[in-house]
Amino acid sequence: MPSLSFDIAHLLAGGMLVLSFVLLYQDRIIAVLNVFAWQAIVLSLSVAWQAVAQDAPHLLVTAAVALVVKGFIIPTALHRIVRRLEIHREIEQVIGGGPTMLTGLGLVALSIMLVAPVKEGVSIITREDLAFALAVILLGLLMMITRRNAVTQIVGFMSLENGLVLAATGAKGMPLVVEFSVAFSILIAFIVFGVFVFRIRERFDTVDVGALDRFRGERRDHP
Amino acid sequence: MISSLDLVLMAPAIAIPVLALISNYRLGAALNVLASAITMVAGISLLFAPRARTDLFVVDDFNIYLVTLTTFVGFTTSVFSASYIAHEIEIGRLTPVYLRFYHALYQAMMAAMNVALLANNVGLMWVGVEVATLSTVMMVGIYRTPEAIEAAWKYFILGSVGIGLAFFGTILVYLVGQEVLGEGLSAMSWDLLLASSPKLDSRLLSLAFVFLLVGYGTKVGLAPFHAWLPDAHAEGPTPISAVLSGLLLNVALYALLRFKMVLAANPATLNVGAIMVALGLVSLLFAAFMLYRRRDIKRLFAYSSIEHMGIATFAFGIGGPLANFAGLLHMTMHSLTKSAIFFAVGHVAQVKGTQRIADIGGLSVTHPVLAVGFALGALAIVGLPPFGVFTSEFMLVSSTFPQHPLLTVLLVCGLLIAFAAIVLRLQEIVFGEPRGGQDPVKASYVPLFIHIGLVLAAGLWLPEPIVRWFRLVATQLG
Repeated sequence: MPSLSFDIAHLLAGGMLVLSFVLLYQDRIIAVLNVFAWQAIVLSLSVAWQAVAQDAPHLLVTAAVALVVKGFIIPTALHRIVRRLEIHREIEQVIGGGPTMLTGLGLVALSIMLVAPVKEGVSIITREDLAFALAVILLGLLMMITRRNAVTQIVGFMSLENGLVLAATGAKGMPLVVEFSVAFSILIAFIVFGVFVFRIRERFDTVDVGALDRFRGERRDHP
Repeated sequence: MISSLDLVLMAPAIAIPVLALISNYRLGAALNVLASAITMVAGISLLFAPRARTDLFVVDDFNIYLVTLTTFVGFTTSVFSASYIAHEIEIGRLTPVYLRFYHALYQAMMAAMNVALLANNVGLMWVGVEVATLSTVMMVGIYRTPEAIEAAWKYFILGSVGIGLAFFGTILVYLVGQEVLGEGLSAMSWDLLLASSPKLDSRLLSLAFVFLLVGYGTKVGLAPFHAWLPDAHAEGPTPISAVLSGLLLNVALYALLRFKMVLAANPATLNVGAIMVALGLVSLLFAAFMLYRRRDIKRLFAYSSIEHMGIATFAFGIGGPLANFAGLLHMTMHSLTKSAIFFAVGHVAQVKGTQRIADIGGLSVTHPVLAVGFALGALAIVGLPPFGVFTSEFMLVSSTFPQHPLLTVLLVCGLLIAFAAIVLRLQEIVFGEPRGGQDPVKASYVPLFIHIGLVLAAGLWLPEPIVRWFRLVATQLG
């Protein structure tokens, strides 16, 4: 087993997981965006390393897309939106920081337990990467659940998607990975910004998803 | 020479940019119908095309039946949609600019569903489901009312999470396949995966299925992942409710069944049937009780969709030739009946100017033809004989009873609870004091009555070739 390649892949994937935890306890929206940008940069490094380790130059495209779109363009755009909407105040969390972190730890343990029984037949890099990727995905989910603000929910989703890209690039020789990652980035960019945030802002003067709840159909009779 | 497979995929894809450029909404609607008709003809001609496979696409007995159903309902819905949107333009709820998007997205959704159904590559199948979901998200939000935006947002968030988890499952499936089939496209080809299933790593495959079940199960609308479904059905344009219930839920369930087939061929894997039975039963019972407190007519039938997808999932979970047969028939019948109901409901909501059940009444007095169509659809969906839904439900109950009497009791309870809830509402809507708008309706009844006619015909007599074919697919499903 080439141990250096293993160590570097491990280090970068572990870095993403640490940043996922950092995302969880941020309570200012600007900080969330910065941490997310760092996670995307680490992701692109990790993917680039996979490109070298697997001798798969097409993965460099995925790395470049992750770096440019998720590391710079989307965070910059979100920064502008946050400033325009004047929501750089505190983030409301459904659950407090402590319990969230504990749940996060539980999720990491869960993902290790789930992936551990996988046989040695799958290369060990893949197996470890899989555990990291699953943990990042679950933490992204957790972030989407614990935040009520539309922008932070989007960041949670993108963090989840970072985990997916990590898993896909870790799977040696998986076809269409580049296409998947490009398609994901385009979709996030278009749908999230173009359609939702602007419309939500336009209609309610708030991006707090909780404010939408009162419009739920069944409650129209009893305001 | 273009094959029918190419045409099924290309016709809607070509229509997307064309429809996006046409500003006249009447022409757009006509072209939408035309494109759907071409796709339908191509879909039906697939029945006679040779069974073929490549690494990306496959044509087999299982998917041609769903392609035929999907392209057919896609066509009838486009006919309904033409008369529906004409009214929406009239009352100014939609503008011609939005309709350009609407028609283009409609074809995008049709193309994506056909890709998902015909894909052999499990990654491509995922792309199909994903694109179909995202195009419907945008259509659900098209009215731009607070409710519509909330519904679209919820659908987007939950749908994306589901799709993300399904993608992780797909990656795991690739990892499993890559060990045996080698790197590259072949490790994602469904038919090769199925053929080499006994050699695959059973633990990783089971883990993959859990993710696929949660991911695609969200799209099927199984409880407890169903939260997006009622809102998306209630707040979007009614033609979209019809295709969501009638087609997209089926496509997601189809994706799940493809993976279930791979797992079923490997005896060492998790018993997925039991999980599907549990999820199906929970969805059925939950939706049956939820039917009682609905005040919105479209929400009522959205919950009924959860109920029926639960029944189908239950049937496939039980497995065996008979229950699978019932499940396949139920998917078909539900698809036809539920879209017919939404055709009727769409016009009802338009003439009455509201979706609130309390404000809709005496439909039989004000709009007798519409009332008949609506009542027949509602009676069919609750499973009254002689409609096709009764046949499939009866078959399911009778095939489950010998093996699992206790489960059958729960199943029948769910069916009866849902039956009572819908009949109660039906009475309120069709009979009683006339309430709401009384204007004559400019409706196209043809799609509605064609669907009802087909469901009735299937309930009375299923032609021998269809029975033989369903039986064949049912045995393949394991």
